[in-house]
Formats: sequence, C-alpha cells, structure tokens
Amino acid sequence: MNWKERLARWGIKRSPWVYHVNTGACNNCDIEILDVLCPRFDAERFGIKLVGTPRHADVLLVSGPVTRHTEQPLRDAYEATPKPCAVVAFGACGCSSGIFKDGLNVNGTVDRVIREEDPEAIITYVPGCPPRPEAIISAAVKTLEAL
Amino acid sequence: MSKSPEKKVIPFGPYHPVLEEGELFELTVRGEVVEEIYWKTGYNHRSIETIAETKTYDQICFLVERICGICSHSHPYGFVRAVEDLAEVEIPERAVYIRTIVAELERLHSHLLWMGLAGHFIGYNTVFMWGWKYREPVLDILEEVTGNRQHYATLKIGGVRRDLEESKYEKILDMLDDVEEKCRMLLEAVPEDPVLKSRLQGVGVLTEQEARDWGTLGPTARGSGYDIDVRRDHPHAAYDWVDWDVCVEESGDVYAKTMVRLRENMESIKIIRQCIDQMVPGPIENEVREIPPGEGIGTYGAPRGETFHYVASDGTNSPIRHKVRAPSFNNVPSFEASCIGEEIADVLLTLAAVDPCYSCTERSLKLTPTSSDERLLTPRQLLEASRNKTKELIDQC
Repeated sequence: MNWKERLARWGIKRSPWVYHVNTGACNNCDIEILDVLCPRFDAERFGIKLVGTPRHADVLLVSGPVTRHTEQPLRDAYEATPKPCAVVAFGACGCSSGIFKDGLNVNGTVDRVIREEDPEAIITYVPGCPPRPEAIISAAVKTLEAL
Repeated sequence: MSKSPEKKVIPFGPYHPVLEEGELFELTVRGEVVEEIYWKTGYNHRSIETIAETKTYDQICFLVERICGICSHSHPYGFVRAVEDLAEVEIPERAVYIRTIVAELERLHSHLLWMGLAGHFIGYNTVFMWGWKYREPVLDILEEVTGNRQHYATLKIGGVRRDLEESKYEKILDMLDDVEEKCRMLLEAVPEDPVLKSRLQGVGVLTEQEARDWGTLGPTARGSGYDIDVRRDHPHAAYDWVDWDVCVEESGDVYAKTMVRLRENMESIKIIRQCIDQMVPGPIENEVREIPPGEGIGTYGAPRGETFHYVASDGTNSPIRHKVRAPSFNNVPSFEASCIGEEIADVLLTLAAVDPCYSCTERSLKLTPTSSDERLLTPRQLLEASRNKTKELIDQC
C-alpha cells in the first residue's frame, strides 16, 4: 500500500458516508438502518451519514438477496463508488441470500457479485434478520477497523 | 403570447435517495404539472410463492413473514387463517388475544413509521426524528411480548408459538401509557402545525368514487370517505370481542390519510388494553397433525389494508399453490388518479401517502415481448390455438 492509499483510507475513517442499495430486501433491514440514524441510537454522532449517490459514498451498504433486476444496478453502484471503499453485506439475505436462496429470481449473494467486479474488495458481513441496532453500530466500528 | 412549456419526462428511481426500495417512476411533466405517470416495479421480486410450494406449512410461516418487514405479522396471519380455514381448526381464545395484541402493536409501529417518513418527504425532518423516536417504545413492547423487534415469529398454525406471561402485563400497560401520551400529542399537534397543514391539505386528492373504482383498501380508502375495514366487515381475531371504531375522513387528500392513521393509533392502543384486560387463561395452541386436501382463504386487516392469502393443498406436507395479494397491489395503481395534475414537488408525498410497500406487491413478473404486440395472446386466442392443434393432430392420424 503506498502513501496515497494509506492517506485515502485514513480519510474515510473519520466520517464514513454511506450509500444504501436495496437489492430485494424485505424492508426490515432498511428500517433498522434508518432507525440507527434516529434519536435513540444516533449513529450520526460518529459522522456516519446516508448520502444520495454512490459517487459521494465511502461505504456501500447492500441489503437483500441480489435479484435478477438489481444485479446490474449493484454492479453500477460499486463501479461508481470512489475507491478505496468498503462494502457491507447487510442482514441474513445480504450475507447468504437467506431464506430466498432457492428463489428462481435470486441471482446470488452480494459478495459473489462484488467479487466478480473487484476480487480485492473489502466486504464486511452483518448477520441477523434483521440485525439489531447494537449489532449495526458494532459492525460500523469493525468496518472502519478493516479499512 | 408565451408558448406553453414542452412536455418532459422525469425519471425517478430505481435508486433514489428517498425511496427505500428499488422502483422506477417516470413522470411526464409540462412545466411543473404532472400529466402522466408510468411506473415499473419488479426489482424486489423474489419468487416467494414458488419457494412456498417447496416448504412445509410450518416453514412457510417464517417465509411469509419475510414478504415485508413492516407487515411481518399480517402476512403470516393471512397465511395461517387460510390453512386454518382449509383444515378447519379452532383457535384457543388465549391465542386469539395474543395474536391481536401483536397485530395492533404492529399497526402502531407501522403508522408511526409512516408519519415520520411523511415528514421526511416534505423536508420536515423534525417530524421524522420525533416520529421514529416515539416508535421506539412500541418496538420495546414488541420485544417484551415476542422476543424480537421485528419479525416476531409469533404465529403458528393452530395458535401462537409463545405465551404472554401474566407478570408482563403491568409492564406492557405502563409502556402503553407512555406510547398513548405521545400518540395523543401527535394527534393534537398535526392539525395545529402550519407547515404540515399547508403541505398536506388539498394535495393528492382521491375522491370517494376514485377510491372505489381503483379498489383501494385500508387507510387510503378510509381517507377518501370509503368506509371499508376488513377487521369490522369480516371479523377475525378478537376484533368483534372488543370495542373500537373505524376511522374515516372525508376529504381524500394526504392530510386525511394522515389523520386516519393518527386516529387509528389511538384505537390500536384501546384494543390492546381491552385484550390484556379480557385475557383468559388456557392453552395457546391446538395441535394440527394433518392438513387435508382442499382449498382455503385467509384475510387479515393489515396496517395498509386487506391482506389476502390462498392456499391449495393435496394432503401432503407442502401446499401445491400459495397465492398472496398484498394491500399495496390495490393501492399503488391509484397513483394514476391522485398524481395527475399535481405539482412535481407534491407527487412524492402523494406516492408516499398510500404507504406503498413494493416488496409486498411484487408477486409475479410479466415479460412482454419487445418485437411485436401480436405475440401476447388473450385467453381466448390461447384456447383457440390449443383447439386448432388438437384438430391438426386428429387430421394427421
């Protein structure tokens, strides 16, 4: 890792901006993500913020099994995110496609799609259906440590 | 004389900052006014009905919970009612009360969540933050009753999975007092808030006739003066054992839909209190050993309207057909009536006002051939083609 990359990674850790991609989740993970940003858990105090476009993001938060319609948008979103970036496979569906594994319209897990785009990608897994807010905050800390 | 502005198409989605789920809206606008709306869904289609046909009845309870994260009690309720209809099972009284308590807590959390999101959509983030803060005690009660914040896994064919211990009643009632105070505050604050009033009143009007024509359900219909509630019209759960009112507003705009939801919050709290008061001791489930061949239907009054499940069984461990119709499937097309003629800034709010849930709606995928429309056959044409083929085969013999 050269000094430029180290500097970029150091920069991300201060205030990670998150772009959320729903690749066919049941909404529950999405609600819990928003819940973490709301007054009781308030992850925004750590500088974590949801942004409107992957071009502004440092972390790509992917919830849901990857369905046929969302595979290409997910690839596009990953490509648009400035590197270095972290990918978080969120919830049981994000980690392993969960209960929808056998669905005829489900194309595979988040890590398979991302690894096809970039074998070196940094991927963290947050299991749970849905993950509890405490688990999400702990995952945020671990993701930043991995960078 | 100035020329009228050109028509333009504004795509909105599939990944838009304010949309939680992937869906695409294309708004044809002239100046600021929306003239046409086209929407495309299918991003969340996970072929749940097909998966259900490969699982056992007990497993499907967990699967249908995951159709939608917000209605994770409504869908299993529809499903277990369909199977209980098929197998003609009686539910113990205690189980019915526990089911109703969880159902009404879900309605509370869903309506508060919507209130917060509505505030977020109009750029009034104070409402968003406070709405979601008030929702937290409801999730705490749900955790107390069922063991999880979301995906309660309470329902089982023939009863419920977990009992509600009597030692918890007092704690739940105390927490309900807290929630009630906040819900009442919201109910009183919204009509007095000048920002909310000016942004919500007269926006996205759906008249009663339109609500009937588009077949809308739940708060969307009740906000337009269409008095329909499956909890009263086809009583199930404990709804005919307790005293409650159906909330109807006449004006049909977003404000009416907001008020319906806020008033329903108070009714939900009333229902939960009565359920806890009237709770009887006894068993919490009747064991079901066998599902006979046949068909069953189940309806349930979810926070967004009526959920409908159909199950066909051939006597084996898994159903041969499972059909789901979520309320958003009926409510979403009413955009064509309510969004036309609105300003583009109000369209988002109008879209959000029916509380659409696309992961519920996407049950099937229709593939339209791109080359020509002639390849789409009507049922009559299909029948004719089939008969012609039989005729040809007979001629060949």
